[in-house]
Amino acid sequence: MNLPNEAKINYLNYPKGLKSWLLTVDHKRIGVMYLAAITLFFAIGGLLALVIRTELFTPDNMFLTKKMYNQMFTLHGAIMIFLFIIPSIPAALGNFILPIQIGAKDVAFPRLNLASWYIYVFGSLFCLYSIWEGAVDTGWTFYTPYSSTTDTSVVSMMLGVFILGFSSIFTGLNFIVTVHKLRAPGMTWYKMPLMIWGLYATAIIQVLATPVLGITVVLLILERTLGMGIFDPAMGGDPVLFQHFFWFYSHPAVYIMILPGMGIISELIATFSHKKIFGYKAIAFSSLGIAFTSFLVWAHHMFTSGQSEFAAMIFSFLTFFVGIPSGIKVFNWVATMYKGSIDLKTPMLYAISFLILFSVGGLTGIFLGALSVDIHLHDTYFIVAHFHYTMMGGTVMALLGGLHYWWPKMFGRMYSEFWGRIACAFIFIGFNMTFFTQFILGTRGMPRRYATYMDQFQPLHGFSSIGSYVLGFGFLIMAIYLIHSLRNGKIASANPWGALTFEWETTSPPHPHNFEHEPKVTHGPYDFDTVLREREE
Amino acid sequence: MSDSKNNTIHILPLSLYLSIGSILLVLTAITVWVGVSFDFGPINLIVAMLIAATKATLVALYFMHLKYDSKVYLSLFIGGILFLAIFIVFTMLDTMRRQDIYEIKGTPLNNMAEMYQGLSTVDSISDSTDVSTDVSTIFTDTIQTDTTQQSSDIKID
Amino acid sequence: MSNHSPSTNLQSHFADAAQQADAAKLGMWLFLVTEILLFGGLFVAYAIYRAWYPEMFFNAHEYLDITLGATNTVVLITSSVTMALAIRSIQLDKKKQCMNYLIITVVLACVFLVIKYFEYEHKFHLGQLPGKFYTFEGIEGTNPHIFFSIYFAMTGLHGFHVIGGIGFITWLITRVKRNAFSSAYYTPVEMAGLYWHLVDLIWIFLFPLLYLIS
Repeated sequence: MNLPNEAKINYLNYPKGLKSWLLTVDHKRIGVMYLAAITLFFAIGGLLALVIRTELFTPDNMFLTKKMYNQMFTLHGAIMIFLFIIPSIPAALGNFILPIQIGAKDVAFPRLNLASWYIYVFGSLFCLYSIWEGAVDTGWTFYTPYSSTTDTSVVSMMLGVFILGFSSIFTGLNFIVTVHKLRAPGMTWYKMPLMIWGLYATAIIQVLATPVLGITVVLLILERTLGMGIFDPAMGGDPVLFQHFFWFYSHPAVYIMILPGMGIISELIATFSHKKIFGYKAIAFSSLGIAFTSFLVWAHHMFTSGQSEFAAMIFSFLTFFVGIPSGIKVFNWVATMYKGSIDLKTPMLYAISFLILFSVGGLTGIFLGALSVDIHLHDTYFIVAHFHYTMMGGTVMALLGGLHYWWPKMFGRMYSEFWGRIACAFIFIGFNMTFFTQFILGTRGMPRRYATYMDQFQPLHGFSSIGSYVLGFGFLIMAIYLIHSLRNGKIASANPWGALTFEWETTSPPHPHNFEHEPKVTHGPYDFDTVLREREE
Repeated sequence: MSDSKNNTIHILPLSLYLSIGSILLVLTAITVWVGVSFDFGPINLIVAMLIAATKATLVALYFMHLKYDSKVYLSLFIGGILFLAIFIVFTMLDTMRRQDIYEIKGTPLNNMAEMYQGLSTVDSISDSTDVSTDVSTIFTDTIQTDTTQQSSDIKID
Repeated sequence: MSNHSPSTNLQSHFADAAQQADAAKLGMWLFLVTEILLFGGLFVAYAIYRAWYPEMFFNAHEYLDITLGATNTVVLITSSVTMALAIRSIQLDKKKQCMNYLIITVVLACVFLVIKYFEYEHKFHLGQLPGKFYTFEGIEGTNPHIFFSIYFAMTGLHGFHVIGGIGFITWLITRVKRNAFSSAYYTPVEMAGLYWHLVDLIWIFLFPLLYLIS
């Protein structure tokens, strides 16, 4: 195809018009569309969180009834999990980056890719409809028998989750096929950037686990409409079985959230340390190791559910194995930074935040995986703090780091480095104020999911709430300077960070077909030692 | 067009398809015959599953061409079945061993759904918010009393 | 790039037709894996309740008609054979023959559904319905409605897949009629074949598990 004015055109301005965006099959545009959608839902979920924290400022009911409080935290959880964090890194950043990093023109099935975005939007409409019809108050885990008896609109929420599952499966399926079949000539498996390994491992989980979520929500819908009895104790069914079904998906799903984040961190740490990544294969295979192990540990969410003591023991034992590949990664990242030439740009600040916060989140996970300790900490704020440290301190920090890192590539403009660092500081401090406090609350026995609490917890709850405002303020700063940069930022060069992966060899923003010339693999993704020396000579 | 090593077209002889088809039909006949005329107890299940597995293998290898195609597809297929096996086995580690310590945990709480007991009509089951709370109180009661009384203790006010 | 004929439907981001066909096949196999796990959930439920209530499962299964079940197995296996032969015909460029095989496959799939309909009808009539609609008296054992819940969930989900397959293959028939496929490009036919064999494969397990309990 002959494109006009070769130098000026890029995927953002060619072809023009809303229709060309809505019917696009370009993975870059679909990635940007996903980014817009997840940002919207992150904002909604974040505002709900602020409402919850405000309500918890005082020990008594302030402005929410207990039922409304239940609906608030359920919506916060469900929106953040199903609408934001699961599609966030793979479908938004991954869609944009994956084909370019392996030197492909597009993903394997571009139309399926577009379909997955529409399915996502369609599913999210069901979820939003359920808010209007009577917001679900079961918690995002939808445990039976409460979810099969509550008068809120569980069915439409379930339909939404079912549809969103397809979107997730299609993204995963597309990525696996793309990585297998569309790598550029010379791009062998061990020359792929570690981001790709992270996305590949994620895609495997998406394909293997998500169908089980599908059948789980179908059974729950049937439970509510036909009274199937499989999960209902009054009907001779077993509610714990629902938890098995649910966590067979949802435990691997937390690795759908974290694995691509780990991929981003590998990129950031190597690039901003200007050093060859330490233990490439160890990081690559630990991603697959985490993906596999994630399927063997799901019942550690159910230690107090009444499952058999034998199963609890086995699952507790297996849970510790997740620590090994995660630990390998953290050690390799730290080893990469050691004696590197570290450049503390905003993305690197997020990467370091990730290392600190994810380590806290991971290590507290070991507490919770230990059977006896978990009996005490289960369903307290300790759990809430733990998963926010892994999901927000881990995945969201990685997402923000990746967003800043690829922002110039995606939009061709630099964000303000100064405000970027300020926002990062607010987010890091606010996050720790909010959630470290909750570890203390949890160990003192404050149960989760309560709208009211004993007076003695007020100082800690109050501190946590103030932290959440600091956190929210950080995000507000970020939103302002990022939007501002879209029009007024400095024009970005093709490779502002001096990184070595493929996406930095094309223009910023990239050409509609990614590369003007077929890319050639001349060096590994992190060969800073050899490439930098060559450039100097 | 098909020079890639993964994509060599195998056109299998007609006779192969027909003979695999006939083997499948014969195996169906055998599984019905064994299932109807013999009672070996649990061995019946094993025999039926072995025959089904053989049939499935034949379909996958010949009809789905796994025998001739890239081994990536075969490993995907086996991988899927492996993860399903993990799901079944690990879940049954729980459900089959609940009675290890407390015998009452062996089967679901309500061994006889209320609709069989004339205590409640089929229509009012949807109103089961009360029912589930009742059952849970019965559960805690019966741990301390007699486990065999479990189902007859259920009352719905 | 000019040596590819338009009949191979090559999309621009693939290097050649073989790469495109391979990609489609890999994608299809991944989809089949998701199908296995989708049905897998029901197999888990089945295994657990059968282990908990073996007598009830035995008593309840006696109300399933083995003759109809076995007939359906034969029907589905035969349709699988004709589907495989349809692919073979298109590989040999015998389009007319391919179309005939596809038509037989669809007809057999419809026969399967008709037989299933009569089975369902009979159970509805007796009140052997899933869950809270269950009104049949005469099956001994704990909670027989659970057997029928699982029976209807498994065969129902399978039935939806059969309907999907009928749609897919009917679409193929119209495409074959318009001469869209040849030995150089028949990926959709092959995909439909893989899907249809999987539907058959699942029934191969459902039949002994539901109809032949001892």
